[in-house]
Amino acid sequence: MVSRLLLSRFAPALASARRPAAAVPRHAFMGIRRYATADTEQHTMTVREALNLAMEEEMTRDENVFIIGEEVARYNGAYKVTKGLMDKFGEKRVVDTPITEMGFAGIAVGAAFQGLRPICEFMTFNFAMQAIDQIVNSAGKTYYMSGGNVPCPVVFRGPNGAASGVGAQHSQDYAAWYGSVPGLKVVSPWSAEDCKGLLKAAIRDPNPVVFLENEMLYGGHVVGLLASYWQGQVEKEGSDITIVAHSKMVTHSMEAAEELAKEGIKAEVINLRSIRPLDIDTIIKSVKKTNRLMIVEGGFPISSRARQFDYLDAPVERVTGADVPTPYATNLEALAFPDTPLITKVAKRALYRTN
Amino acid sequence: MRRMEMAADALYKAKAIRGFCHIGYWASVIAELLGRKGGMSQGKGGSMHIFTPSFFGGNGIVGAQVPVGAGAAFAQQYKGEKNCTFAMYGDGASDQGQVFEAYNMAKLWNLPTIFVSENNKYGMGTLAERCSSDTAYFTRGDKIPGLQVNGMDIIAAKQAVAYARKWAVDDQNGPLVLEFVTYRYGGHSMSDPGTTYRTREEVQRMRSTQDPIRGLQRYLEEWGVATEQELKPIDKEAKATVDKVVEEAKASPEPPVEDLWKDVYYKGTEPKFLRGREREEGHRFY
Repeated sequence: MVSRLLLSRFAPALASARRPAAAVPRHAFMGIRRYATADTEQHTMTVREALNLAMEEEMTRDENVFIIGEEVARYNGAYKVTKGLMDKFGEKRVVDTPITEMGFAGIAVGAAFQGLRPICEFMTFNFAMQAIDQIVNSAGKTYYMSGGNVPCPVVFRGPNGAASGVGAQHSQDYAAWYGSVPGLKVVSPWSAEDCKGLLKAAIRDPNPVVFLENEMLYGGHVVGLLASYWQGQVEKEGSDITIVAHSKMVTHSMEAAEELAKEGIKAEVINLRSIRPLDIDTIIKSVKKTNRLMIVEGGFPISSRARQFDYLDAPVERVTGADVPTPYATNLEALAFPDTPLITKVAKRALYRTN
Repeated sequence: MRRMEMAADALYKAKAIRGFCHIGYWASVIAELLGRKGGMSQGKGGSMHIFTPSFFGGNGIVGAQVPVGAGAAFAQQYKGEKNCTFAMYGDGASDQGQVFEAYNMAKLWNLPTIFVSENNKYGMGTLAERCSSDTAYFTRGDKIPGLQVNGMDIIAAKQAVAYARKWAVDDQNGPLVLEFVTYRYGGHSMSDPGTTYRTREEVQRMRSTQDPIRGLQRYLEEWGVATEQELKPIDKEAKATVDKVVEEAKASPEPPVEDLWKDVYYKGTEPKFLRGREREEGHRFY
């Protein structure tokens, strides 16, 4: 527990994540919040707290905002992201549902059509596949099909991508699936700053937003830089290679950048934040400087957001999840997703280094 | 199509509430069907996507509109509105899992949703008995009470709808299932002649003995409300209105090509660029 209280950029996010998904510490955020007492001290919070605070603030600001999902109210959230919100706002505004994703996602969409602002939580986006028709066809396309008459200001949020030891059916990264649908906005935040700001922006956005969190980041004090929403953020500046990543892969990329720095390689890490719309300008600006591009994501290879760029000295390196359903055994699972040593190795390869 | 529309018109006259269904109105609906700019959805939706502030229909995904309808009722309850929502679907949709998910949550939370199953005996080309192990659709709501209504009788339809509204709005009894037993003369859609899965004789018989409009006419005459001579001009006027509207719609322009890129996102929140079919096509917003 003590290690998680330290102000560190990356290690806690992973240290707290190396545990089975079921054993969520119920008091994860208690005792961690600190208050600034001097200019040099930073006020930090965990990703989980940031999400919780974003929802609390928006629900206070606008009485049309409500939360709907499994275990969000009396259980305080399967991952404790909605902890305390039922106590503050009551059961009218924090609604527990039966385990019927297609049904309650449709209800959220209908409520949004009628002017409410639902935050529809999926326990993970793996379960959201049962509701994907409501997300894509009812929410994503209705504004267009109605000629601009019927907006759908709904937020679908929940953990996405790799967890730890939860097997193939609980580990898929859906960023590319939702990112391929025009009409949806798709966000994949990384730091606590991202989560607070982007969730507030998503709730206020009149478009349907798919908000992809990551369970392994919830407990961490992930510190990033604050910037405009819906844009990529250069979290670390460099001049030799551009590494583009989103969500948990930003953590690995930042660590890889530290490793590379030890060998004199200056990597620039871009936290993509928004999958759709994709901030191509930030990427191009960086690639013009470095002439080398690496893309890191947890999804399967065919769906990776690799693109051709005109300013490259070497082919684009794509680092993705392996093209297999996620295995359960720990050693195999480790080989199914990118990690820091792998990113470091591939970055060197892009720079024509073999060691 | 006009006849079904008149029955639906009577249905909607009984209330001032929202409904999700597969039937259209006049005027800009015709333009929408023709894919014109003057259409209700500016030509972007087509026959399955007609929207007004109190009408959301239909939905291209069979059954999806049912939870969405329950969601509209959720919002009405949340905001304390004295209103309810009619979520309409056919016998073909009545076996969808999401329909039962919507039933469950509507009953659990006492949502003012009237689930309307329009049983016209055929789910597209398949007889209802071949799809549903239980075709008494008004009983499928389990704990939600249900009524079976003669959908070919306009007066019965109106009364049923009025009853449903009172049930949900005035008496706040929560959801209700209404099954309208009706008949479809034509095919499911324009590419279906409607005769490969039933006999012409069956269609003829229904048309001559069960037609709702003829039925209403008979009532009006029997009860001395109007004579055939008085009713004829109404029919004529309706036909003339429709003809005029169709001509207007036919003459109206298609949407401009820029509309391809319009309304993908809420006005004012467009991204910088939307790619076209190849790298030289696309639309830059700013």
